[in-house]
Amino acid sequence: MAGGATSGGNAVTDTYKEARNWLLLPAWGTLGIMVLAPVLLMLVYSFLTKEFRGGVIWEFSLAAYDQFFFDRGLFGDDPAKIEWTYIAIFWRSIWQAGAATVLSLLIGFPTAYFIATRPEKQRVIWVFLITIPYWVNLLIRTVSMRFLLRDEGPLNSFLMTTGLVDSPIHMINTNFAVQVGLFYSYLPFMVLPIYAAVERYNFTLSEAAADLYANKWITLRHIVLPAVKPGVVAGCILVFVPSLGSFLAPDLLGGAKNFMIGSLIEEQFKGNAGNWPFGAAASMILLTMVLIILVIYARAQARSDKEAG
Amino acid sequence: MSLEQPNAIEVRDAVKRYGDFTALKTISLSIKDNEFFTLLGPSGCGKTTLLRMIAGFEDVSEGAIFLYGEEIEGLPPHKRPVNTVFQNYALFPHKTVLDNVAFGLQMRGNSKSDSRKRAGEMLELVQLSQFAGRKPAQLSGGQQQRVALARALAPQPKVLLLDEPLSALDLKLRKAMQLELKHLQRETGITFIFVTHDQEEALTMSDRIAVMSSGELQQLGDARDIYERPRNMFVADFIGETNLLDVSVDRIESGQAICHLGGGHALTCPSVEEVAAGSKVHLSVRPERLFLTATQDDGNALKATVRENIFVGTDITTLVDLADGPEIIIRTSNSERGNQRIFDPGTPVYVNMEHGAARLLVD
Amino acid sequence: MTRQRYDIKSYPGFLQITLLCLFVLYAPLIVVAVYSLNASASIAVWEGFSFRWYVDVFTGPESAKFKTAARNSFVIAIIAASVATAIATLAATAMVRGGKFRLRAWSFGLISLPLMVPEIVTAVATLIFFNSIGFDRGLLTILLAHIAFCIPFAYLPISARMQGIEDSYEQAAQDLYATKRQAFTKILLPLMLPGIISGFLLAFIISLDDFIITNFVKGAGVETLPTAIFGAVKQGIKPNIMAISTMLLGFSVLMVLISYLVSRTDKTS
Repeated sequence: MAGGATSGGNAVTDTYKEARNWLLLPAWGTLGIMVLAPVLLMLVYSFLTKEFRGGVIWEFSLAAYDQFFFDRGLFGDDPAKIEWTYIAIFWRSIWQAGAATVLSLLIGFPTAYFIATRPEKQRVIWVFLITIPYWVNLLIRTVSMRFLLRDEGPLNSFLMTTGLVDSPIHMINTNFAVQVGLFYSYLPFMVLPIYAAVERYNFTLSEAAADLYANKWITLRHIVLPAVKPGVVAGCILVFVPSLGSFLAPDLLGGAKNFMIGSLIEEQFKGNAGNWPFGAAASMILLTMVLIILVIYARAQARSDKEAG
Repeated sequence: MSLEQPNAIEVRDAVKRYGDFTALKTISLSIKDNEFFTLLGPSGCGKTTLLRMIAGFEDVSEGAIFLYGEEIEGLPPHKRPVNTVFQNYALFPHKTVLDNVAFGLQMRGNSKSDSRKRAGEMLELVQLSQFAGRKPAQLSGGQQQRVALARALAPQPKVLLLDEPLSALDLKLRKAMQLELKHLQRETGITFIFVTHDQEEALTMSDRIAVMSSGELQQLGDARDIYERPRNMFVADFIGETNLLDVSVDRIESGQAICHLGGGHALTCPSVEEVAAGSKVHLSVRPERLFLTATQDDGNALKATVRENIFVGTDITTLVDLADGPEIIIRTSNSERGNQRIFDPGTPVYVNMEHGAARLLVD
Repeated sequence: MTRQRYDIKSYPGFLQITLLCLFVLYAPLIVVAVYSLNASASIAVWEGFSFRWYVDVFTGPESAKFKTAARNSFVIAIIAASVATAIATLAATAMVRGGKFRLRAWSFGLISLPLMVPEIVTAVATLIFFNSIGFDRGLLTILLAHIAFCIPFAYLPISARMQGIEDSYEQAAQDLYATKRQAFTKILLPLMLPGIISGFLLAFIISLDDFIITNFVKGAGVETLPTAIFGAVKQGIKPNIMAISTMLLGFSVLMVLISYLVSRTDKTS
């Protein structure tokens, strides 16, 4: 109790107890009206009837979800079969986001670990170098990647001048390009939480393991990794979730054949081919997937916090 | 109120609850004007809570607190003429040392230049004038401590509250600051209420000490009182080092309790009110008030064997085993070496108590 | 020959992977910056060093379009970041210094909502919202949407900073006769300043960067820099786009530097 109310960290103090509702009101108002209400309205829209040329008719309909999951033939009266088109797009999105996450982890973990084990003064510079790209416009980064990966782009001309390949490697508009793009977009999100975890890691534990005859790799696998797991999980989520709904990387690097959820949704709201309820339904399905991931994560986090005391 | 000078602080039946947890259980105490008063106890005993209630950072769940006769409950901290030296000093990191000290004066409505002039004088008092333009982070711990003191004293509060202000300093500096604080208190004539868990610090500095534990006042008195006449087991154990022995009271004769302890050792010591014949009580005796002899010169001496002598600088600590009884610790001043009071391990000896050294405790 | 010390912390290959990581992060940017200085009108061949595409951005046939887009982008980013920072500062004060209360968890959820909801979903939802209330899409709709999604980005550094400031400073101020309001303005706010600046800069960059939401809520013919660039890129990457990109890139790096310097001065004080 001595100092209990004054200690720093994340202690909750009550200096502004009386004023707190007024202080929160602008945030509640703005976010309630501009984010929460629109998302709820979107949920409503997903159950409405589409109007051609965009927009909706205020009539309840399950057509959007029906269209997403079932194929009822050209005239809509055949026996329902599973419609694979959209599920395939979602599946591809999950696959692409997953691949980008694995790629980020494979590169990001050693990077984060390396940075966190530098002398303290150097660390700042390394972290700085990792964060700068995050501050650069995502669109510009994606465009740059597109420029770099083109058939006649700098990467291919480099490979050809050095004689490593005879003809350009076709990279743009492939799944690989999208994965690289996503990896490139969100890599700092993987590095930073792992870095933070490794920085907190008590290296005496590694010394103890070495003292007890563990080699380095066993130490990494059985001592370091479990200790920094929360950072790794956080990093994976921070890469996977935005990758799942990303629009720019698949659009600019993947081309028409490598459609992901983001493009599917975007298409429903552009031009005359649009189907707003269907776009709203697809958005709801994406949102639900993301929320499920976040809830599982929050649960696991709460549990491990409890175990840690 | 009566005609006499009212107490600086009067705490009347104060209770503090946080939800289901009771941090303070009905405390009443008076702190006199111009007194160096210490709240002493282990962490979690409620001493800081009581201090923060006086400062106005915690409200009082029940009871009342009076400052020079006026009830202060309900007044926000900025309307109470008391100032605090915080445990971590809480020096404003973005203000210079001078502006830190001037802050309270300015908030009381003094002009900026007046406040700074007075703040400069305060810095002189604590010998930090040359650091006036620095930021707190550029000072050492001891210097920060003195700035915090100057800042709290500058507005001339009626009562100064000090929340473990020396705990972050190293031993030597702490000793020096103890004396300096004591002098400052004498010089300014301001009532000091000092919170600490360090019993030695409390004994050194205080006019009076309130020993607290688990939200209750255990004993109130001056240093000698508390050290030599602890009222209960907690105080005896918490203040200084002591031998606590389980004893049975056989009978009481003219104020003397005749007791025995395990192994059949018998001894006589002054009785206290609550003790009755046939009861099992505790006997507390300070190690420095015991001495060893080779022969039984006194009926009260207990037969024992020396186990170990430990050299601790100024003293020698001797552990002895009472025959069929508990272990006893004896402290002998190093200057006594010539007086044949130190015996080799294994030597049979007798443990003697100075007259009036033993004290019976009921709980 | 000296024997290498057995360093328990280091693993072979990690340095190389880190360098690879930095290479991947920077190579595309550097390549674009270099090619923006290409004299050729074709992006495929290098014809020598020239600033002609930078001149083209300001005077060329598309300059009017890009100037308007840039002005829109910066005006929106400045206003959105300022408003979001103000809202976030008040909210952080309530969340960090408002004691424990039931709505605290819900408020935190609401504030982090724009971070949890995928951007494309927020974009769709905002479009639907403006459409259903009959709000004409234009600069104002972009601004409102930006204010909302900038709030969490401003909030995070501000609340992190406030959590690091012990409340004993404000208590000391009140103990020294400052009212609550004075303790806020004279003590808490100045101590918060580095956090507030970081929050503002982050919100500013996020607003300046946004493509997806802007693309959905902008009216026909209204462009910000990202939507204008995106539109142009769809026709193929031209050298003037690389010049604009390089300038924006330089601007971003400048912002990071400022933000870094702010956080550094903070440590020394």
